[in-house]
Amino acid sequence: MKSNGQLKITHKKDLSFFEKLYITEIFKGIKLTLTQVFRPKFTRQYPEERWNPPASFRGRPVLVEQDGVERCVACGLCARVCPALAIEVQASETEYWKERYPVKFEINMLRCIFCGFCEEVCPEEAIVMSKEYELTFYSQEEAIFGKDKLLVPAEKLKDRLEFLRKYR
Amino acid sequence: MDILIILIKIAVVLVAFLTTVAYVVLLERRLAAGIQNRIGPNRVGWQGVLQPLADVVKLVMKEDIVPVNANRFLHDFAPIISIIAALVTFAVIPFGNTIELFGQQIKLQIASVNIGVLFILAFASLGVYGVTLSGWSSNNKYSLLGGLRAAAQMISYELSMGLSIIGIIMIAGTLELDKIVAAQHGWMWNCILQPIGFITFVVAAFAETNRTPFDLPEAEQELVAGYHTEYTGLKFGLFYLAEYANMLTSSALITTLYLGGWQIPYAETFGIEPFWLSVFQVMAFCVKTILVVVFFIVIRWTIPRFRYDQLMKLGWKVMLPLSVLNILLTGLVLLFLN
Ligand code: SF4
Ligand code: SF4
Repeated sequence: MKSNGQLKITHKKDLSFFEKLYITEIFKGIKLTLTQVFRPKFTRQYPEERWNPPASFRGRPVLVEQDGVERCVACGLCARVCPALAIEVQASETEYWKERYPVKFEINMLRCIFCGFCEEVCPEEAIVMSKEYELTFYSQEEAIFGKDKLLVPAEKLKDRLEFLRKYR
Repeated sequence: MDILIILIKIAVVLVAFLTTVAYVVLLERRLAAGIQNRIGPNRVGWQGVLQPLADVVKLVMKEDIVPVNANRFLHDFAPIISIIAALVTFAVIPFGNTIELFGQQIKLQIASVNIGVLFILAFASLGVYGVTLSGWSSNNKYSLLGGLRAAAQMISYELSMGLSIIGIIMIAGTLELDKIVAAQHGWMWNCILQPIGFITFVVAAFAETNRTPFDLPEAEQELVAGYHTEYTGLKFGLFYLAEYANMLTSSALITTLYLGGWQIPYAETFGIEPFWLSVFQVMAFCVKTILVVVFFIVIRWTIPRFRYDQLMKLGWKVMLPLSVLNILLTGLVLLFLN
């Protein structure tokens, strides 16, 4: 900008003779690429080196188990909110203080899209997203997780539970 | 006896050549990974040394698919042309001086053809048929475009390639490759005597082998995979093999014509036994060739692809005049020296 408000036009410098020859530039480029070979690598050697996700990570949803029973009261809100229709809950009565519990709680891990809505909607903080991301199956039946696979003791989910209390 | 020697030479060279091609693929993958700050294949065997083997097994096991409206015969035949053209050229390249084995003087060259240079040019241009026919017979627009580009590109660069070699023929006064190598004794390497011809030849060699920056026939960002889009399994493997075999042959050719072939400067004066001298010369040839191959690979991961019009402009407006200029200069210098 000049003082009288007119734009100062700057011309891009023309390529010099050697730059136009292209050959010197090729060798500059080769130097750049070859120096990269000796830089540290970004690769993670996966099965040996695993990644430990932060607390905000949404892995597979699990049911929180406290004092040997699930916190879930089988209200069915998670099954209602689940956009992928992955959850199936069947409620029944129980002797415990919470009066209701799920006889059957199933998540179809082939349907789940890891959106975390179920965790968000749950009134009892009974379903939370874990850090597990290695989900492989040999058949479709295997992919339907029952209560046996879903129940995880609350102590193991401390990270996530703290995260939820702090940031939600 | 002569036939036996030739057969043994063919077997040894073919096995060594194909093994080297397989490991050039691995070298390219590891080097490319290094340049991109990755590690590359390192799982199959120690540091991935068995990776080429695994790749071959994988390709052989795959289903061979021929598109419905493809020309079946040409579709099958095209990769065979490609691989033959790539392999045959190597037959006339001298990879060493004569060696004495079991009382026999053995020339380290499969066939000493007296028109070696012409032979190479002829077969190098045959390779384009494989590419073009595969593109045409696949009945796929991307393949066809790749094949068309290959044809135009090869014709354009064949010219400057042939013309740059003329300079060498003028200096050596022969078309035989072993004599051309013999003429490059000491530091009289042709890349020093013919810098312009060296550059034009190397650029033309890049274009002939369809390597970046001239890989327009397979330009994956625009043409899916170019001429071999419709190929699977072993036939795709043949194209893949042909690409790297071409690269290796071109490197050997550049070494032979411009980098002194198997010559080690002033090696005769070191006083080594003749047998070991021959062995060292073969090793020198291999090392030079591999270095050129590494150059090919590094260039691929350094320079982006040319646009099609730029490619044609470079071929006809820059490379062709330069190679003609090279002939003129060589002729003038030879005239004044003699
Ligand atoms: S994370 Fe989303 S998709 Fe998965 S079960 Fe919960 S609500 Fe359904
Ligand atoms: S997990 Fe939560 S939302 Fe789902 S049924 Fe149980 S209590 Fe209700």
